Amino acid sequence: MTTPRAQAISNAELVRQRLTGGAGDWRSAAFAALLGLLLVVTLGVLAWLLGVVLVNGGPTLLARGLDFFTSNLASRPESAGVAQGIVGSLYLMVFVALVAFPLGIGAAVYLEEYAHDTLLTRTINTVVRNLAGVPSIVYGLLGLAIFVVALGDVLGPGRTQGRSLIAGGLTMAILVLPIVIITTAEALRAVPLTIREAAFGVGATRWETIRSHVLPYAAPGIFTGTILSMARAFGETAPLILVGAVVGGFNVSYDNPIEQAYGRYTALPTTIYDWARKPGTFDGNTYAAIIVLLVVLLGVNALAIFMRNRFERRW
Amino acid sequence: MTVETERPLARDDQEQRTIRLVSVGHELDEAERIASSGDAVGAISIADEQVVFDLQSLSCYYGAFRAVKEISLRVPRNQITAIIGPSGCGKSTLLRSFNRMNDLVEGARVDGRVLYHGVDLYADGVDPVEVRRRIGMVFQKPNPFPKSIYDNVAFGPRVAGFRGDMNELVEQSLRRAALWDEVKDKLRSPGTALSGGQQQRLCIARAIAVEPDVILMDEPCSALDPIATLRIEELMHQLKENYTIVIVTHNMQQAARASDLTAFLTMGEDRAGYLVEMAATDQIFTRPQHRLTEDYITGRFG
Repeated sequence: MTTPRAQAISNAELVRQRLTGGAGDWRSAAFAALLGLLLVVTLGVLAWLLGVVLVNGGPTLLARGLDFFTSNLASRPESAGVAQGIVGSLYLMVFVALVAFPLGIGAAVYLEEYAHDTLLTRTINTVVRNLAGVPSIVYGLLGLAIFVVALGDVLGPGRTQGRSLIAGGLTMAILVLPIVIITTAEALRAVPLTIREAAFGVGATRWETIRSHVLPYAAPGIFTGTILSMARAFGETAPLILVGAVVGGFNVSYDNPIEQAYGRYTALPTTIYDWARKPGTFDGNTYAAIIVLLVVLLGVNALAIFMRNRFERRW
Repeated sequence: MTVETERPLARDDQEQRTIRLVSVGHELDEAERIASSGDAVGAISIADEQVVFDLQSLSCYYGAFRAVKEISLRVPRNQITAIIGPSGCGKSTLLRSFNRMNDLVEGARVDGRVLYHGVDLYADGVDPVEVRRRIGMVFQKPNPFPKSIYDNVAFGPRVAGFRGDMNELVEQSLRRAALWDEVKDKLRSPGTALSGGQQQRLCIARAIAVEPDVILMDEPCSALDPIATLRIEELMHQLKENYTIVIVTHNMQQAARASDLTAFLTMGEDRAGYLVEMAATDQIFTRPQHRLTEDYITGRFG
């Protein structure tokens, strides 16, 4: 005796109907459509922002050309440029690189490779993680209290009143320090234990193991992290406003970097902030400076992504 | 070669005090008491001067957990000693206590003594780096450095301050590891590009490049195919002329084929591994003294 089910399986026409006649998975389709819509909205907002910036800043940037990059701050928009902002930002990057990288990488190597797993080190790890999420204005207050007020006579003597480039640079370095520690620690953790065992197994000391193997293999990840932290520092505005970057350009010549470091300064984001507060005549300059900032940040991030994909090791 | 019971391993005419190699020094629980056929465990005699490792009531802990319980055994020179036993019985932990590799594990510590040529490896003032130079290790998964084949082999001698002809040392180490013919034309290419079996032989070359006294092998063939496994076993047979080898394996056939002595570990109710018996390999596999050993080698458990 043949059951209806057996008939349905053996009858080619019925099989064809069943396999092709379904209503389809409309829930999945609806969900996918919803997600797609959300993506469009998100990208749309970004595109709109970018469009506004390009439309308003593009003409000014094109009209001014190279002049915009080589001009100092000025009271008339036609002659004001971002030269001091760019130089100031690059200066800050140098401080970040000189202060935050050795400190951060060193701290991460100690925490990952040397420190025992105690309550103290676990607490420190948690604190570092939380510090990375602290709003940057708080670092600005820290910098104001320590580098500008308490150490002002040393770091920014005289007319600078403590609001020196060094104070700003140190504030930025402290700001990115937790990020440097975390990304370095992650890069170190990605080097498998078996590699360390291999080195120890042939009689290497801990230092030889770290120097010859762990650090070199973690280097691409560490570089990626440091570049991203540079980008973060490059775009930060709030702490710089607190520690005094916005008061204006360099009050000394470009020729003496040391003197410059003790003097007043500006940075690219604070230049934008300064111009944005001025009455409408500076609008073109403001948007043009935003384009410059965005291009630099995108470039730096692209470099970081490229380096990660190109050099990072898969274990 | 095979080692017979009650015969000293040393064949010179010096005074050969016979030493009972093994004793089950812990309290057997009731189940084990029933399972065990009396107190007979394999007893091998090794002349004192042939003893490389002399473990005296060694216990290994990870934090509060005791992974290895009161193991006493002796490892003779220029022999292959296999450590077998079911998963989780502490074979690797035991092996890693032979060169203080467990120092790297957070919370690991030992009780008892590991005498290496009479020196307690865990005594104050013993430098674990020097210990590992003398007692090399090959790991379960081949772990070449992501560097050139040459640099893999040369790293150990370099950190040891080797001042001789490095090219010659690298060649000689690769030859001894039976890898030279396959890699001599590509010494500068990365070690990680080799096949699994070649990688493991590279790791053996790397271990012998520092001219150790002992080579510890922690399941060196578990990631390899049967042909690569046989090559490693042949290699071990050649290497024992110059080195003392201790190998952990979960593969009983491998222990039977490749080792001179076999120690059988299992774990008790408290999950701590203990030594059931240790004897000449052919005795363990043909006339085990202990019911647990017999059950294990005949595949009834483990």
